[in-house]
Parts: sequence; structure tokens; C-alpha cells
Amino acid sequence: MTRGVAVQLTDLRRTYSGVNALDGLTLHLEPGELVALLGPSGCGKTTALRCLAGLEDPDSGRVEVGGKDLTKVSTNKRDMGMVFQAYSLFPHLTARQNVEFGLQLRKQGSEQRRRRSAEMLELVGLSAHVDKYAHQMSGGQQQRVALARALAIEPQVLLLDEPLSALDAKVRTQLRDEIRRIQLEVGTTTLFVTHDQEEALAIADRVGVMRSGKLLQLAAPQELYSRPADDFVADFVGLTNRVVGTSRGTTAEALGASLPLLPGSATEGTVTVLIRPEHLTVTQDAQGSAVVISSSFLGAQGRVVVSPGEDLQQVLVQVPSAAVADFAPGDRVTLRPVGAPALAVARG
Amino acid sequence: MADTARRGALAGRRPSGALLGVVPFFVYVTVFLIVPTLVVVVGAFIATGPGGQGALSLANIRALAQPAVTSALWHSLILSAVTAVAGAVIGALLAYAVSTAKPDGVLRRFTTSLCGVLAQFGGVALAFAFLATFGATGYLTNVLASTGLDDTGGLWLYEWNKGLMLVYLYFQIPLMLIVFLPAVEGLRPQWREAAETLGGSTWLYWRKVAAPILFPSFVGALLLLFTNAFSAYATAAALVSQGSPLLPLAIGGTLNSEVILGQENVGKAMALLMVVVVAAVMTLYAAIDRRASRWLAR
Repeated sequence: MTRGVAVQLTDLRRTYSGVNALDGLTLHLEPGELVALLGPSGCGKTTALRCLAGLEDPDSGRVEVGGKDLTKVSTNKRDMGMVFQAYSLFPHLTARQNVEFGLQLRKQGSEQRRRRSAEMLELVGLSAHVDKYAHQMSGGQQQRVALARALAIEPQVLLLDEPLSALDAKVRTQLRDEIRRIQLEVGTTTLFVTHDQEEALAIADRVGVMRSGKLLQLAAPQELYSRPADDFVADFVGLTNRVVGTSRGTTAEALGASLPLLPGSATEGTVTVLIRPEHLTVTQDAQGSAVVISSSFLGAQGRVVVSPGEDLQQVLVQVPSAAVADFAPGDRVTLRPVGAPALAVARG
Repeated sequence: MADTARRGALAGRRPSGALLGVVPFFVYVTVFLIVPTLVVVVGAFIATGPGGQGALSLANIRALAQPAVTSALWHSLILSAVTAVAGAVIGALLAYAVSTAKPDGVLRRFTTSLCGVLAQFGGVALAFAFLATFGATGYLTNVLASTGLDDTGGLWLYEWNKGLMLVYLYFQIPLMLIVFLPAVEGLRPQWREAAETLGGSTWLYWRKVAAPILFPSFVGALLLLFTNAFSAYATAAALVSQGSPLLPLAIGGTLNSEVILGQENVGKAMALLMVVVVAAVMTLYAAIDRRASRWLAR
């Protein structure tokens, strides 16, 4: 069942006491798509979501949903479901009554409301908790009810404002996957705001990285990771080593190897080459110029911190977890890039 | 192992240290609450009249049915209920107004500090302030009389159902603000926003969300105001000089009267009646407060 509509934010601007929270944000969501807005605190991602919800008025720009201009339409007439960071359930109502709240406002009969709330609570796996109050449920259960409440009204757009940030790691991963499953099932166009890159990459069809009110890049998770538009995106999404190199147009020399450069890279002179830890290899070599600083076992994989020498910054190398024991601090090693395309930025 | 032993030792030591710290409190409670309560309870059932001196008796309890006592109880209940309801409504509106001000703004800090002082400003000092302003020789009474606007001579101030109600409101309203403000501040912005995104208007949010959430806190605060007025003595004693229209004044009368002697234990029976009323109200308050704090806990 796909009931998604297209969402278009055009040139949104919003200023708070002289600070640009949104600086000409333009963003398009395809019908039924889940787009995650990712960025550090204060980058404007929540403001963008609140402008779409109508909880904030942009200073200028347009908000269109399903081809209709909603810029001046009040929140309660926008037909959007929203899940907040935490504590948004009405504490005096049970889970079922919370889910029925929006349906009651839509003048649905009690039988219809009861059926719909039961359906929604089953969808989020809480059929056994319908008569519980918020204080009788865990944080994860509360967020499930909030999701059921938002979806019960069959909104045109679903807005998720860091809904997992108050939960512990295990519940967060579980609920993240469930949100995605449910979103695919109901097909509602969804905007998901988070500062957690892993969450964004795992859940979204496309991820938008924001900084200072601007959208720096909007791309599918894999593309965002492998082809970051600039060094901020590369740094913010995943781990990145910053290595000094020399750009020669479409390639760069770094760590004794020649690397193909991504579009948008600096094309000449001394540059900083951004290399992912998994795009480097490290091997034992008594004659090697690099020295192991530390190694750590992280479960599924391991990491080795290496000093390449020659006053270069330390770099992080991802290794199979079984290989971690082979590297002890002080070991001489050879460090090599695997040759994956990298981004080079001019040295400031 | 060593850690466990140390923890055990500490665990053994901590309660005794903690107990030592609260001993003064327990002594205080014993001397000024438990002992007087026992004296009241026991005294209420001991006869003082000729023939039955010192014997167990229900005579004092039966004396509570005298018209003077029932009328004093009724007046006390009316005075407490009226000032509690009026104080709660006005105080709640004020609390909401204050909650909309900037959290660290001057207006908010000034109002809450002022209310903290006014809520405690009772007794003879408050009575005197009103006497000096509205009393028979009060300056406002004189001004109004000289302009012909009021010729009552400020006599209304001395009546329990007029002047005393106004005086009680002077401390009831600020007390309500102090007690109720945390509840109003406990309303989370997410609740309003969730109600709006679900299709609700501002009015609907207040009717279906905020008001039901605040209701237990409001009732709890109202009960607190009721007991505050019900047990007040000094202000009433300083203002009302004719008769004993209120229960605390009637109790005072049994202890101070130079006309009717040997009524101390009837006074204790009246005090027991007050204890019962206050205990019932406070039990209700505790139950309501438990629910309110669960909903508004941060």
C-alpha cells in the first residue's frame, strides 16, 4: 500500500537572533521515500522538519506537499504524523487512547477507532500493552506507541524528530529496523532527522547532510559514503584519515601510492587526501617506515593506529578482528592504500 | 573480595550515621507533634466535670454536637472552602501567566519571590496591615468616608464571612502560585505539538490534554489551601473579637476563657475533630499528588 505524496521544500530561510538556522534549504522527497537529514547539533535539520510540520514559520521559502502549497497552513490542518524525541505521549491516556486521540479529532466512531488503534498497536508489536499508561512502559515501548499514534491518522507525511536518541543502543537498533519495516509497509513519505550517521545510513533511501542551515549533499547512503561531496561530509559520515598528498589532476600521490580522485577534488598542489580506514592495508615489515601505535579488538572487526612517520598524522586502519593480535605497539609495518577513489581538498 | 568487604562495612555503617543526622528531627516531631497529638486524643476522652474528674468519658465528644461547636465547624469549613476555591482559581491563572514569562526573566523571579514572602505573611502582622488600611480607623476607610463613598466604617473587615475571607485570600493566592507553578511548568511542549500535528486546536489541547493533566495537581493544591485556611488561628484571632465563629477560635476560647472554666478537654475534642478533618483532606491530597507527580515527572 503506497499512499505517499511528494514533498518539496524550496529555498527555506529561518533566522534566530541573527543566526541562520536555515539558509536557503531546498529539498525534494519522492512519494513513499524515506529521507534522513543528518548533521551536527544546530545545523538546522530539526528546524527544517518543524517548518514542514508547521511548528515553525520560515522567514521565506515554500513548503509544498502533494503539489499543494502549505506554507501558510496551520499545523493542525497539514495532515502530518510526528514522532518526537521523547516524552510526547499524553500521560493521562493509555496506549490505546493515545493512538485513538487523532482519530477522535477526526470524528471517527468508537468501533472504527478501536479497530484502527488495535491494528496500529499490533503493527508496532504492542498488542499486549494497549491499556498501559506511558509511565508503565519502557522508552522503546513509548516510542512505538508514538509511532502508532502518528500513523493511525494515515498522514500524508511522517515526521520523525530524532525518535531513537533517548533509547539505549540495543533498543535503538531494534526500533530503527522496525521503523523502516513499517514505513515500507505503509508507504508514507517520511522525513527522519538524526545526528547519528549509522542510523541515517541504515534507515534511509537518501541521506541529506546539513551544516549551518545548508544542505551539503543529498544522496543514497552508499554514494554519500563512497563519494562525499566535500571534506565535511567525508568527516561526518564514517571515519576518515586526513593524509598529506600531492594532487596531479585526476590522481593524487599519498602514502607512497597513486589514488584516483573523486569529482570535486582539488586538482593541483599539496592537498589533504581523505582516506577511509577500510581503504588502507597494514602488513608486518621489519624494514617498514610506519610504526604501530596501538591496536584494538572491536568484535566484528579490529583497528590499528599507525604512525606513517615523516611528521605525518597518525592514521587508522581497519583490519579483520583475527589480525588484531598480530600488531603490537612499536611494530614496524608497511602502510598502503588499496587504491579506492578518494577526495582531495586543498590544504588550508 | 576486598571491595565486597569494604562495601559491607560501609553498608553497615551508613544507616547509623544517617540515623544520627535525623535524630534532632525525630526529637522535634516527637515533642511538637506526636506528644501534643496524644495529649489531644487522650484528653478528648477524659472527663473534667464534677463527679467524673479523670475518668474515661465520651462527654467531650458529645459536646461537639452543641450548636456553638457545629456552627464554628460549619463556618470554618465554609471559610476554608471559599478561600481555597477562590485562591486556587486566581492563583492558577497567575501561575499560568507567570509560566509564560521568560524562565530567568525579572518578572518571573520577582513574582515567585514575592509570592514566597506573601504566602508566609500571615498572623497578627497581616491582620494589623488590614486593620490599618480597611479597619474602623484605617486610612482607606477614612478616605472613603470623607469622600462619601463608604459609610460602613470598615465594620465588614471584622466579620468572618467578609473581611476574614479577603485577608485569607491575601496568603492563599500566593501559596497557590508557589504550589501550582511547578505543575504548569511540567506541561511538556511536545504534548501541545503532538496534539496540533494530530489535528487539534489550541482550545482542544487545553480541554483534552493540559486540563486533565493539571487537574490532579489543581485539586491537590486546592486541598492544601483548604487545610491552610482551616488550621489558621492567629490572623482570625487578631481580627475577630466578638465570639468564636471559627473552630480554631472556639478551641482557643476553651483554653483562654475567664468566664467558662473546665472546658479544656472539650477544646481537645474540638482539636481532635480538626485533626480528623485535616487528616482526611491530607490523605486525599497524598493520593492525588502521587498521580500528578507520575504524570508530570521530568
